[in-house]
Amino acid sequence: MTKVEAVIRTSKLDAVKDALHEIGVEGMTVLEVRGHGRQKGHTEFYRGQEYTVDLIPKTKVELVLADVMVEKAVQAISVAARTGKIGDGKIFLSRVDDVIRIRNEERGEGAL
Amino acid sequence: MNKSRTFVLIAALWLVLPVACMTQTAQAQTASPTPAPAGTQTPDPQNDRLVKIEQQIADAKSSADNAWMLTSSALVLMMTGPGLALFYGGLVRKKNVLATMMQSFAMMAIVTTTWAIFGYTLAFGDGGSFIGGLHNLFLKGVGAAPDTAYAATIPAQTFMVYQLMFAIITPALITGAFAERMKFSAMAAFMVLWSIVVYSPMAHMVWGKNGLLNASLGGRFPTLDFAGGTVVHITSGVSALVCALYMGKRVGYPKQNMPPHSVVLSFIGACLLWVGWFGFNAGSALGAGSLATSAFVATHFAAATAALGWGAAEWFRNGKPSALGAISGAVAGLVAITPAAGFVGPMSALAIGLIAGVFCYFMVAKVKARFGYDDTLDAFGVHGAGGTIGALLTGLFANSMVNPMFKDAKGNTMASGWLEGNAHQMLNQLVGVVIAWVLAAVGTIVILKLVDMTIGLRVSEEEEIQGLDLSQHGEEGYYYEVST
Repeated sequence: MTKVEAVIRTSKLDAVKDALHEIGVEGMTVLEVRGHGRQKGHTEFYRGQEYTVDLIPKTKVELVLADVMVEKAVQAISVAARTGKIGDGKIFLSRVDDVIRIRNEERGEGAL
Repeated sequence: MNKSRTFVLIAALWLVLPVACMTQTAQAQTASPTPAPAGTQTPDPQNDRLVKIEQQIADAKSSADNAWMLTSSALVLMMTGPGLALFYGGLVRKKNVLATMMQSFAMMAIVTTTWAIFGYTLAFGDGGSFIGGLHNLFLKGVGAAPDTAYAATIPAQTFMVYQLMFAIITPALITGAFAERMKFSAMAAFMVLWSIVVYSPMAHMVWGKNGLLNASLGGRFPTLDFAGGTVVHITSGVSALVCALYMGKRVGYPKQNMPPHSVVLSFIGACLLWVGWFGFNAGSALGAGSLATSAFVATHFAAATAALGWGAAEWFRNGKPSALGAISGAVAGLVAITPAAGFVGPMSALAIGLIAGVFCYFMVAKVKARFGYDDTLDAFGVHGAGGTIGALLTGLFANSMVNPMFKDAKGNTMASGWLEGNAHQMLNQLVGVVIAWVLAAVGTIVILKLVDMTIGLRVSEEEEIQGLDLSQHGEEGYYYEVST
């Protein structure tokens, strides 16, 4: 099993959600996050005083998938979240050892 | 801690006892005046009727004026709470929101009490050129009868409570300079002393009987100050600058970002200030006549162009007009029109507002950054700078058509301001401005030293980082629970 963590533009969340539903992904966890990669922050002015805000609000989508689904999901997210400009975000993949469904302690892919 | 608590209790008792005794004397003097008809030997029904009608007309005018002045008093109180409390509260970081609002609110309680006991008489009692005497201690003699020297158609008590609202907001304005770092106890002590040492003398000089600068009651240097450009804004603004310089910067300033935690709160506060200012300026006509209307219009117009001026300056320099800039500009315009409101026409008001909006933006955005002082919420940049420019522009734009202030020996109206031909008025305005600056600066330094040596002005660094809400008041402005 693989964990997919996609940090995307907040404005692209709906598109990503729809694209994932279309390929049959059933569950996800969405978080509001702040951070920065290569995209620099923005400046704000309060009474002429300049503040640089370098942690930009982003949205993070987390999925845990059976390995066969991973490439399809990565494709779906990439296409849906892309604008082609700096700041589109990143997708991180990592191995997941096990999954436990709390309701009945079912384990492994069947619990996804 | 225990010592100071005992002291407060004793002080409170000492104050309450004489007040209780005085109340009766004060009430005895509040009988309404009925002018005795002069020289009536034989009963003359026609004449009696005329006297009666005259009295009824006077009563009707008095009721109308009193209604407006009580409304104005309430409007001016609204400027402090919630107006200024929200305006300042939104501009600080969220860990200091309650402490900042509390500093304004505390003035409503503290200054009201001191005003009743000695503040009013020091400001408006009969006295010398610089300060009032003690005739009205504990508000003795301040009742339903008008004090004709100040306002002939309203009860002296209305005049007293109206002036009280000014005495409340003035020190509250200073709190913007030392926000986020002053001990509550030190702030309270500072403000009581400041009301005595700076506010009452300045109010007496400009508005009190025999005051040195009083333009309508024969002052030596007749300074035109309709609603408190010198008395309220220069004194508070300059004192604010002195406080900021004396107390030093906040921990982390200016390296650390310290943006306002809620411009939304400030926005609501500024709009309440704008509305309340009608009581402040139009109320300063001390009646409900056409002068009040003229001051109302001037006030509103100056706020509008000042918002435009500050906004445009920001747009030009930063590429965007901000909400905070627009509301700050409006407040700056209201400050600047305060001394001028009852002396200038609508077009002059537009000009005064525009000049003040741009000038105060420059003071706040450029001058403060250049000198590096931490006037946290720009009490000096807005009130000190706006009050000073407003006082000088009053000398320029004042017009006798709006308000005939000066008469020659034959009783003919003379020119008021420079544009009308009275260049000398600029000098009188300057005298008023200089006296206000010097009194505020010297008085504030002395009081700060005194409070610093006894109570200590600043909270500890640890308390400052924790925030004043928790460290000074033991509560939080925003309490979020993880789950319900």
